[in-house]
Amino acid sequence: MLRLDAVGQYYGDHPVLRDLSLTVPDGQLLCVVGPSGCGKSTLLRTVAGLLPAREGEVTVDGTPVTGVPDRLAVVFQDYGRSLYPWLTVRDNVALPLRRQGLGRAERRTEAERILERVGLDGAARRHPWQLSGGMQQRVAIARALVCRPSLLLMDEPFGSLDAQTREDLEDLLLEVHRTDGTTIVFVTHDIDESVYVGDRVVVLSPGPGSRVVLDLPVELPGRRDQIATRGLPEFVALRAEVGRAVRGG
Amino acid sequence: MRRRQERQELVLGALGVLLAFGVCEAVSRAGIVRRSYLPPASEVLARAVELAGDQAFLEGIGATLRAWALGLGLAVALAVPLGLLLGSVPVVDAAVRAIVEFLRPLPSVALIPLVSLLLGSGTETKVALVTYASVWPILFNTVYGLGETDPLAKDTLRAFGFGRLAVLLRVELPGTAPFIAAGIRISAAVALILAVATEILSGFGEGLGIFIAQSGLATDGTRDVLAGVVWAGMLGLVINGALVWGERRLFPWTVGERGVGVRA
Repeated sequence: MLRLDAVGQYYGDHPVLRDLSLTVPDGQLLCVVGPSGCGKSTLLRTVAGLLPAREGEVTVDGTPVTGVPDRLAVVFQDYGRSLYPWLTVRDNVALPLRRQGLGRAERRTEAERILERVGLDGAARRHPWQLSGGMQQRVAIARALVCRPSLLLMDEPFGSLDAQTREDLEDLLLEVHRTDGTTIVFVTHDIDESVYVGDRVVVLSPGPGSRVVLDLPVELPGRRDQIATRGLPEFVALRAEVGRAVRGG
Repeated sequence: MRRRQERQELVLGALGVLLAFGVCEAVSRAGIVRRSYLPPASEVLARAVELAGDQAFLEGIGATLRAWALGLGLAVALAVPLGLLLGSVPVVDAAVRAIVEFLRPLPSVALIPLVSLLLGSGTETKVALVTYASVWPILFNTVYGLGETDPLAKDTLRAFGFGRLAVLLRVELPGTAPFIAAGIRISAAVALILAVATEILSGFGEGLGIFIAQSGLATDGTRDVLAGVVWAGMLGLVINGALVWGERRLFPWTVGERGVGVRA
């Protein structure tokens, strides 16, 4: 369980997050939505232990976050900058496994297994810069999944992809979440996406000093489907509610 | 598109060389400049080709290249670790910065008499001066490259639980490698200048610079001097070409130039 307790973050003296409390139960897919500049990324970096909380406390399973928590993985929006061009796709994906003391052959096998899962088995020996944006983000997702994380943080992961690719990756994410039951915090500025992907949507107010203005469980009948789900009256109603909260109305 | 542009550049380059060659040839043949001052380009070139069969001359080239390689190798071994240290530990950087800023503007060539006095006029002097001059571009490119490392690339590795040393070795060093390579390429040219210049100024021993210096003393030696210069130019060209090729092979993801300045 991930818990944020009255967390405050500042950029110099300028407040970015203020008195932010949030509890994410195990296995939940939480979407954090807010206008740009509302501190969504700061929130994610705080949870990841990359940015120590100036005020309040973050705990994962009861342990305060002081460094990067164990079994954490992050996917950033900028796949072009977070994948390493000097490594092949397979070696990029295998990199986090070095920390687990696995041998080279085991790491490669494991990486190939996970690449197959995200539909990239043919690209293992290529380099990230030889792939399309959507494929690169698949590589980043594979790399995040390779350690079987218990907490997966995603910072606008599909923000720079075209609509079709984005829908494919949303469904891939849902499939991963269904089978692995990983706790996922998914930051996005896309209201539709948050309702489609999330079990729960949290809306942050615009900065400075963002806080939670809406905390909404997403209950939609049936398995999510890009066409059918988005047409449901429940979906439309939820989307409207999130939209109003984002616009501050 | 790019291929076509490259071919066009090649054609223009060849045209430029031919034109320069033609002008030199014409100026000399027409008697505008005395022949003993500026022999026709064709004669210089013929002599340069002839020298390729001259055993003593080739040994000289070998001596120059040995000093060049040894000095450059030493410079890499010194500058890369020092650059990594300066670029990643601000305290060390602050402490060493003043010394570096004092030493850097000293023109290496001006140190030739001093180092010759201290070390004699043998290989040690050449290697020491080549090393000294070659350290700077590599050092500065290493520090600069480290500063250019994408924070997101570092954060990504940190988020997977890796420590500071792992980030340095697995992200910062490989990310800086193209900058280091560009620094080595710049230093390779500087090193050749220093090797030949030291030989010319010290005046005895063996090497391409010695050949040039001694030909300059002989009557009608201009042709040999120029042939030696052609060799120096060719060496520089071949070395640079090989390094550019190597960089493209090793770092295919980098686009454009990566150097931060040339100095000799």
